Amino acid sequence: MDYSQFGAMRPELILLGIFLIVFLFDTFAGEKARKATTPLTLVLFGLGTVAMWILPDSFEGSVFGGMYVSTHTCVWIKNILNVGAFIVLLQSVKWIESPDDIVRKGEFYELLLVTLFGMYLMISARHFLLFVIGLEAASLPLAALAAFSKKKYESHEAAIKYIMTAVFSSAILMMGLSFVYGLSGGSLYFNDIALALASSSMSGLLLCALAFVLAGLGFKLSLVPFHLWTADVYQGAPTAVTSYLSVVSKGAAAFAFFVIFTQCFGAVYADAWEWMLYAVIIATITVGNLFAMRQKNMKRFMAFSSVSQAGYIMLGVIAGNAIGMASMLFYIFVYVVSNLGAFAVISSIENETGKLSMDDYRGLHKSNPWLSFAMTLAMFSLAGIPPFAGFFSKILIFTAATSTGSMALYMLVLIALINTIISLYYYLLVVKAMWISPDEPVIPAYRSACTERVALWLCVAGIVFFGLVSPIYQGIFNASVSDALAFFGMIH
Amino acid sequence: MGVTLPILILALPITMFLVLGLGGVKMPRKMAGVLGILGMGTTAVISYWVAFTYFFSGEAAYIVDGVRQQVQMFDVTWLAFTQSLVVKIGFLLDPISAMMLVVITTISFMVHLYSWGYMEHEPGFQRYYAFLSLFSFSMLGLVVATNIFQMYIFWELVGVSSYLLIGFFYKLPSAVSASKKAFIVTRFADLGFLIGILILSFYTDTFNFIDMTNNPQGVLASTGGATFMGASVLTWAMVLIFTGGMGKSAMMPLHIWLPDAMEGPTPVSALIHAATMVVAGVYLVARMFPVYLVVETSLVFVSVIGAITAFYAAVVACTQIDIKRVLAFSTISQIAFMMTSLGVAWPELHDGLGYMASMFHLFTHAMFKALLFLGAGALIHAVHSNNYTAMGGLRKYMPITHWTFLIGCLAIAGIWPFSGFFSKDEMLAAMFAQHWFWGAWMTMVAGLTAFYMFRLYYLIFWWEENPHYKEHKPHDAPWQMSVPLIFLAAVSCVAGFIPFGEFVTWNRAPYHIHIELPVAATSLTVAVLAIVLATVMYAKKNPIPTRLKDMMPGLWMAAHRRFYWDEIYMFVTHKIIFNGICRGIAWFDRHVIDATMDGFAKVAQKTSYAIRGLQSGNIQLYVLWYFAGAVLLAAITWICLL
Repeated sequence: MDYSQFGAMRPELILLGIFLIVFLFDTFAGEKARKATTPLTLVLFGLGTVAMWILPDSFEGSVFGGMYVSTHTCVWIKNILNVGAFIVLLQSVKWIESPDDIVRKGEFYELLLVTLFGMYLMISARHFLLFVIGLEAASLPLAALAAFSKKKYESHEAAIKYIMTAVFSSAILMMGLSFVYGLSGGSLYFNDIALALASSSMSGLLLCALAFVLAGLGFKLSLVPFHLWTADVYQGAPTAVTSYLSVVSKGAAAFAFFVIFTQCFGAVYADAWEWMLYAVIIATITVGNLFAMRQKNMKRFMAFSSVSQAGYIMLGVIAGNAIGMASMLFYIFVYVVSNLGAFAVISSIENETGKLSMDDYRGLHKSNPWLSFAMTLAMFSLAGIPPFAGFFSKILIFTAATSTGSMALYMLVLIALINTIISLYYYLLVVKAMWISPDEPVIPAYRSACTERVALWLCVAGIVFFGLVSPIYQGIFNASVSDALAFFGMIH
Repeated sequence: MGVTLPILILALPITMFLVLGLGGVKMPRKMAGVLGILGMGTTAVISYWVAFTYFFSGEAAYIVDGVRQQVQMFDVTWLAFTQSLVVKIGFLLDPISAMMLVVITTISFMVHLYSWGYMEHEPGFQRYYAFLSLFSFSMLGLVVATNIFQMYIFWELVGVSSYLLIGFFYKLPSAVSASKKAFIVTRFADLGFLIGILILSFYTDTFNFIDMTNNPQGVLASTGGATFMGASVLTWAMVLIFTGGMGKSAMMPLHIWLPDAMEGPTPVSALIHAATMVVAGVYLVARMFPVYLVVETSLVFVSVIGAITAFYAAVVACTQIDIKRVLAFSTISQIAFMMTSLGVAWPELHDGLGYMASMFHLFTHAMFKALLFLGAGALIHAVHSNNYTAMGGLRKYMPITHWTFLIGCLAIAGIWPFSGFFSKDEMLAAMFAQHWFWGAWMTMVAGLTAFYMFRLYYLIFWWEENPHYKEHKPHDAPWQMSVPLIFLAAVSCVAGFIPFGEFVTWNRAPYHIHIELPVAATSLTVAVLAIVLATVMYAKKNPIPTRLKDMMPGLWMAAHRRFYWDEIYMFVTHKIIFNGICRGIAWFDRHVIDATMDGFAKVAQKTSYAIRGLQSGNIQLYVLWYFAGAVLLAAITWICLL
């Protein structure tokens, strides 16, 4: 056997290594030594993240007879997810070190790393079997994570809702995949399916398959109408888990969605799934916005905001070309830092005071100006106000959606733009509560934990600089262009 | 020379800005001042080294067969619009940018040093130095721009820093409104600039200066002979780009902001509103000169605007009371001189002498006008007033200021052997070569220049001693302020002997300067006559000026009120635009746009309320919706496809 092919799996191998070290250490280390689990995990994962960024970009290759493929964009999205996961780890430290949860902190890290591994597989899978393994590896431990606060009722409710919906969505996805299997004449390789679909005619079975696969992935991305679990789970789960769900899990699913629909179903893009996705995007952006407007609980608020954001991310997919891929990756990257910036503030405040309502944020700038500042930047970026990163990511993703020149997509961008205005309203509600409301602050002045501050600084730096430092987008764009043939060969 | 030094030239001032801007409040005033001065001094040394290497090293990269080369030290992609239309940020080294590096860093360093004395007791000292660094960074970025878009970015940045510095005394309402005026007027002009850039890049598909200026015929050809309202689109583009230059360089009718900008601290006026930023328009035309050459109309436009402005500003300068305003109008007039000179710089006439002369004058003018402004600052520092009525007879009290100011006046009047003589002579020679009318007209302006400068000089230093001196005796400024005065005076004495034609010409090949005797004799005679006239009228207190004023009160008043340009602007904006146009727009905004937005909000709120049942918390319903959604999606698509 040729072991050198595993060189292409370098990200997975590094992650697996980190996981094993953390796992073994947490299992076999003594009571005292176990205190070091947290720093060990942070340092190892941080080093791993940095290593993957700076290692020479020679990841290209396929493993397991083409079931696993690594390309430039795969490496990019994995790196982006790494950054997200690292920030989540940083902001979770204070919570996981609290007396209620400290005994199980090792489990938290292990489960988180395992789900990340599953996401890696989802990203690189070019065979539905491997894809499903990755998907399940990324889904099931998340239910355990959602239930992590054992003494809280909401946490259990969140977990049960998540697992039920996850199981159901998996079932639908499998059903869709079995249709695909039938249509492709007995292969689950993306390339085989693509070829088979290119020569077959449109049928009801194919449409069902497409709709079911879309629904199965739509669950992970919380696309409307497959999003109903989102708010309850986001609200109930521990905040660190919520931020992980809303950012990292979504980013991986978005990329997998892109690859499956363009590479595998590329032949039926214009005939079928473009319009399915079209409807779903409109519903997602609009419904997400409409619900977000009325939320008072910050975590619920962020849940609907993230539903709406997922719709914007899908604009890159519907473009179905290299610009779409590049702008989607960039959007995810910016979304990672913006959303995690908001969650870092929310979780810091929750850990300190237990307050989660938007009303409690009133007058926050008087007691905690820096937190208010970070939150404001995050909100501006999510709303897409220049010169923050969110503005550039929105512009780029709109450009991508219009790049095909189709009139319908121009209309879609128009609808998205109108929704951006609506989203401005609710994002600014938070800013207004913090800065303009004349009330005395409910939340006393306090100094947030060191790890939380590092996480916040990382996010703020990202929000401020990602848009202005063009090499980032340029790098992503070049990666997308070099991957274009593999992904979009079937579309145009 | 690698990329390190060019990067440092830009990086040092911006770092200083960040350090002083963010940390300035917490550091002692002295430290902020010293840091600013050191930062600028280092930048100046590096710039000198870069310019020296460029001009004198003789390396093949910089000079080939006597022709100086345009070198892009670096040029990195910043923003890609399309595959070919890419905005880059870079560093272009060529004769004019190297010359500008020297001018900007010299004046900026002098002003940094001078301000240490001048601004010593002002609150916000650290902020002041931070803004100075920001300005220096922006101006340096502007002159080394490799492409017109980069230039535009830095163009706006100098606008912002100028705005910040004019409004530095933000508690004074006059300073605030002056800063707003400057920003709005120049910004309005920049709109033309931007449209010009868009037109140009639309046709040429490039922003790069070298691409455009090395192949101006190609630029013309790329427009494919398209015309708009009778003029070719390239003419439109170049005239619109020039509009941006008119705004920054205060050409008529966009000059109205510059006199008011004198509300800023005097060293700022010296740096920004005399020596560097206001010549950006001239620099812009010089940068794009080969392209201007292929569209004759736009170049004629440049010279006509220049000639009118030069005369207008010179007349107004004769009647101002505020010494900084006199200098401001003199600046407008001198910049217009440079513009006209560029406009007549046809290569077939005197090998494009006007170009070289214009750049030469830019160089010498920067030195002596900064000197005059800094001198004015020393005077204001001493008597605490901007008006010459509070001065008079100061030569005994402030000898250093007196002598340096006199040198500045002689230089601007164009008296041999001071620097202004040489550059002005070359400009006049170029104008005479174009047509005797241009030459005669501009010689008249030069005469007026000598007259009003010496009127100012005599009214400040001679005339009659002000009685207030007994209570408050004026004296020369501290060393931080005197050193720049003496240095700039020395430069103004010798700068004329620089063989400028060896360094900067329109085609970058050397041009041997020779004094055109008839032109030189005429201009010298005119200048001397004007000075004599000023001496007769103002050397000692006498009633002639008042009598002269009473003889033609209408004309005097009109000139004193700057020929009512501000009033005209007020009328047009308030009476016509605000009343006639804005009211309708405001109504539309309130009743149509706002109402639509309110409608959106209402609909959104209502819908949001109506669909709240969807989120019931009941998981069976969730799953039902999920399944129904998937099936519906397939079914609807199926129906649509049928």
